[in-house]
Amino acid sequence: MAKHGALRREIGKAQTEKQKLRGVHGGAPHSAHEIDRMIHERLRLGIISALAANERLTFNELKHTVKTTDGNLSVHARKLEDAGYINCSKSFEGRTPKTEYSLTAAGRRALERYLDHMEALIGRMRKT
Amino acid sequence: MTPLSQPTEPPALHDRAIDNLRYIRETMERASAFTAVPGWGQVVIGITAIAATVVASRQATPRAWLGVWMAEAIISLLIAGWSMDRKARSLRVPLFSGPGRKVAFSLSPPMIVGALLTVALFRAGLTGVIPAMWLLLYGTGVVTGGMFSVGVVPIMGLCFMLLGAIGLFVPASVENWLMAAGFGGLHIVFGSIIARKYGG
Repeated sequence: MAKHGALRREIGKAQTEKQKLRGVHGGAPHSAHEIDRMIHERLRLGIISALAANERLTFNELKHTVKTTDGNLSVHARKLEDAGYINCSKSFEGRTPKTEYSLTAAGRRALERYLDHMEALIGRMRKT
Repeated sequence: MTPLSQPTEPPALHDRAIDNLRYIRETMERASAFTAVPGWGQVVIGITAIAATVVASRQATPRAWLGVWMAEAIISLLIAGWSMDRKARSLRVPLFSGPGRKVAFSLSPPMIVGALLTVALFRAGLTGVIPAMWLLLYGTGVVTGGMFSVGVVPIMGLCFMLLGAIGLFVPASVENWLMAAGFGGLHIVFGSIIARKYGG
């Protein structure tokens, strides 16, 4: 019985962890050991990476760099903006609207954490 | 959730981590294409080239004229190196990441050929052809290197080639002005565009 109880507790812990990761907001991790789901998604990771290599990118430059559609880029950029990882500024160049994105300090830190995490995973697998 | 404290991760996770790192690197390299060429550095090079044109046009001998442009070439290389390094540092990307390295390797062969031909043409007494040859070869390097950068860079290279082609068929007295228009004017115009649109 005691053995079954311990097993149930372990399963319960694992489920709690999964729920954390699938969190409604999918934002920043709760601890240094968690994968940041906000940038773990491939397109959002691309947006963050592209902006880490460039001070500012326009909507079209970013779309070209991450090879996606207007709709997809808008949706995912908005999520990153809501999470405080990127800044979005809108202006006009003549009569043409211009949208520019840049990485925030929080976004850069998130990418650095993510890189550390990936490297740690690879390092651990090489040791085993 | 995949805590690192767990003893093992499935191999798929390991592969995914490698794939993610590769994707980050490739995306950053693609994005760096927007940044590899320093716009403000080009503007400064353009200003020094116009100054060099003025000084070179006042020289009495071809040797002195060539000396002025050799000095300008060294100054330009130093400015280009410094401004590329500064831009790479400000954006926290390696100076010789993928696109930067490709631009450097594409630009180098025409520059080396240009240096060798300069010596040969000068010794043959054909100094009148040298400005056109410089403009043509520099333009060639910028077009090929620019293929790894934003579209405006190869266009700048084509403009240099056009000036070089004109230089082959005009009197020697005009060639100083072609040098000013190319190494001065084109660098200032295109450098300003790059600086404003592509992060400095």
